[in-house]
Amino acid sequence: MTLAAAAATAHATATTTAADAHGFLSPTGVEIAFLLVGLVTFGAAIVTVTTRQLVHAALWLVVTLGGLAVEYLLLTAEFIAWVQVLIYVGSVVVLLLFGLMLTKAPIGRSPDADSGNRWAALTVAVASAAALIWVVVDAFRTTWIDLDGAPAGSTEVTGKALFQNWVLPFEALSVLLLAALVGAIVLSRKAKAAESGTESAPPVPSTRTAKGSDKGGVR
Amino acid sequence: MHLAYPAVLSVLLFCTGLYGVLARRNAILVLMSVELMLNAVNLNLVAFDVWLSRAAEETLHSGQALTLFTIAIAAAEIGIGLAIVLAVYRNRGTSDIDKLRDTAEGHEADASAGDAAAAESAAEKAEATA
Repeated sequence: MTLAAAAATAHATATTTAADAHGFLSPTGVEIAFLLVGLVTFGAAIVTVTTRQLVHAALWLVVTLGGLAVEYLLLTAEFIAWVQVLIYVGSVVVLLLFGLMLTKAPIGRSPDADSGNRWAALTVAVASAAALIWVVVDAFRTTWIDLDGAPAGSTEVTGKALFQNWVLPFEALSVLLLAALVGAIVLSRKAKAAESGTESAPPVPSTRTAKGSDKGGVR
Repeated sequence: MHLAYPAVLSVLLFCTGLYGVLARRNAILVLMSVELMLNAVNLNLVAFDVWLSRAAEETLHSGQALTLFTIAIAAAEIGIGLAIVLAVYRNRGTSDIDKLRDTAEGHEADASAGDAAAAESAAEKAEATA
């Protein structure tokens, strides 16, 4: 117990000396780069949630996710950055675009993209942002990330951590992904079977089966 | 790097996603906002993992492992979510969340009227595309 307390005090003194070594008003190059990329990311996120053109929202989401990948690179987490580019920009946004097109989203401006409670939503978002920023800045005022030395998230480091300490959750996650895939297939096929089994409207089945086969191609 | 930079950016992205979830009507736009919120959490996890991997002697790199798990779960979530949205669109002819009020209390008349209108528009759409 006393050992832990001593370690904690030693750690506290270490952080204070680190804070003394850094300056509040003299940002380093990495901080300036982080700030600029962060501004781009935040602006793209704002456009994503406010634009009235649905396809543009998906494309601005690409900018946001790419900016976050750059932020991961600046934090020396290389592997996460490339996974982010591969999975989010490569597959999630493409899936979202397919979804937008399969639900026949209007290409131009759609006036009803926002619901009537947008002012309440804005109030909630601004209030929570103010509260969280206040708490976070107050809590981590004297905390600095040491980015020198070997990268904290290279492929070697992440792979060792993942396959030495996190093997069981990793395998469970693969089962979860398989279950999600099977679930998505079942969700999109069962409805089709039920429709063709129960409904008998003549003109409907042709279009619906065409849509279903489209979606099978997507998955 | 000051830890406040990634933490504040993460807070801002999370609140942007919160606004999108509350204010958007299209279900797919709501899913995009959920992705924004998940990414904000990922940024927080990575920043704190890099900080703690320097401060601690031994680390499990739990932040980065959890970030990978979150990314995988987000991919699964977007697949299932889009399947549900497409099934709803196929049955109702709309992906507008404000019109899906079947389980809302106190809106029975509203719901049935909206239902009828949605079914009508779906039938019209089917005829138009046939």
